[in-house]
Amino acid sequence: MRGRRRAPPPFPMFASCTDPSTLSGFPWLACYLTTGKHLAFYFSFLVVLALLVLAAPAALAMGLGAALARRSRIGPLRWVAGLYTSMVRGVPDVIFFLFVPIALDQAIEWTRHKLLCPDVTEPIRRGNDFVVCAQAKLPLSSADAWVHDVYGFLLALIAYALVFGAFAANVLDGALKAVPKGQLEAAQAIGMSPGQVLRRVHVPQMWLYALPGLSNLWQILIKATPLLFLLGIEDVVYWARELGGAKTQIFAYPHPDWRAWYFGGLMLFYLLLTWISQRGYERMMTRLARGQKVAGA
Amino acid sequence: MTCAEAIAAYGLRALGLGERLLPSGEITLCQQVALIGSGLIWNLYFAGFALLLGFFLATGLALAKTSHRRAVRLPAAGFIYLFRGTPLFIQFFFAYELFVQVPRAGFQIDLGVVVIGAQTAWLTKAWAGALLVLFLNTSAYTAEIFNGALRAVPRGDVEAAMAIGMTPAQRFRRVIWPTMLRLAWPAYTNEAIFLFHATALVFFSSFPTWRQEGDALYYANYFAEKTFNPFVAYPIAAGYFVLATLILIAAFGLAGRILNRHVAPEQRRRFRFRPEYVR
Repeated sequence: MRGRRRAPPPFPMFASCTDPSTLSGFPWLACYLTTGKHLAFYFSFLVVLALLVLAAPAALAMGLGAALARRSRIGPLRWVAGLYTSMVRGVPDVIFFLFVPIALDQAIEWTRHKLLCPDVTEPIRRGNDFVVCAQAKLPLSSADAWVHDVYGFLLALIAYALVFGAFAANVLDGALKAVPKGQLEAAQAIGMSPGQVLRRVHVPQMWLYALPGLSNLWQILIKATPLLFLLGIEDVVYWARELGGAKTQIFAYPHPDWRAWYFGGLMLFYLLLTWISQRGYERMMTRLARGQKVAGA
Repeated sequence: MTCAEAIAAYGLRALGLGERLLPSGEITLCQQVALIGSGLIWNLYFAGFALLLGFFLATGLALAKTSHRRAVRLPAAGFIYLFRGTPLFIQFFFAYELFVQVPRAGFQIDLGVVVIGAQTAWLTKAWAGALLVLFLNTSAYTAEIFNGALRAVPRGDVEAAMAIGMTPAQRFRRVIWPTMLRLAWPAYTNEAIFLFHATALVFFSSFPTWRQEGDALYYANYFAEKTFNPFVAYPIAAGYFVLATLILIAAFGLAGRILNRHVAPEQRRRFRFRPEYVR
């Protein structure tokens, strides 16, 4: 696990919180909820939102690329894209989330080792160890904690983009097929090249058909974000476990096991997120369908 | 250790049979294949029972959601909304913490004459607690599918059944329910696939393994961490899942053909991969 703990702020947020043992009731709770660790907990919600905002366009780009590659005239490209889009059908996404970051990490370090330390003759895999020279490590072991955090987040982001790109490719492939043939033939008839047909008619018209599937995918992506926890990132699940666990008297804010409360809070957070998304999708659909001949408007 | 020995030692390790210690030191390919394969028993157990039990609850929930009575409709809709609107992963954590909190000593219901005690500690074990969560979760997703299919049952079919004098119960059993199943089957196949895939999450949430008896991904993760090599164990686990998924699709396809046997081939709804019900 790469993540390292962020240092809590050295002083409490409010002056009245310097000695929590004298407090009770609401002031105690107010102080408790504004400790450094709780601020880190609130920050981790932003990490979830950041992942959503970054992973969605990345997955969409990968999906569009794969969906177009599946209709390519170049055989190998078509096969690779076909394999990529169908892999998510048989393999649970969790396996990818566990596999991709560590595999990517090792692949990068292996390449760097070959490039930066060509004179090391010992093999990289020795029994049950994976040894690369110090310069090949990424991030370098001398790097700051935040560099490790960002690197870990980037690897996670790539894993999400890969998995959801494959899901998106399935959706977009169906949408590309749903565009009426007449539209494409008309575009051809007025002398557009295949590339022009694709860019100016096929892809722009596809979006309306893709929207229901993509909205679905967005919901799935939301519900997949807590899996960040499996990638060793200090996400909402990590902090809920950390903060909710029973705290004895040696802690500033002793309390019994409150994890059920923290996870209940997370349930509410996700319920809210999926609810807002659903509302947003419905509004977008009515706007897009205005003046169009599609069912479900 | 030869390959046959590895299979004998670890082929049923997930059930607690065979070698007690997990492989370490020199880890062979056979050991990985055998142990990860034994873990698949847990995935099949979770998926099988959750789907079987969920099927019945989902039918009830789908019916309740079409009810005209608010008192029946709203709880069903709320249940479905709650389980579909939150991540399964968080549901596992939340349920586990609830199960740990509530029962500590078990329930004591004092009826004056007799004291009824309910031991609830078993709910914190994965075989029961995780199964319960999976069961409720798949019920919610399946109920939504069945509910959509119920609304799509042709009106004429129901009216014809009324016209020949079927009672409401007969109408449901002989007309509405079979048609609902037939219409819902492709989507339900998707749900079954993704529920099966979701079983890989169980031992990565709070539910602890007992005597290191875990599922396929638990063992794959064990090997990947022991050998520091993700390129062998995870593909093995993925291969098992692909194989099981193909068998599942074939079995559901067979059932779908039986449900559709009276329908003209070109009018049948075909199964298409749609990740609509992934959690």
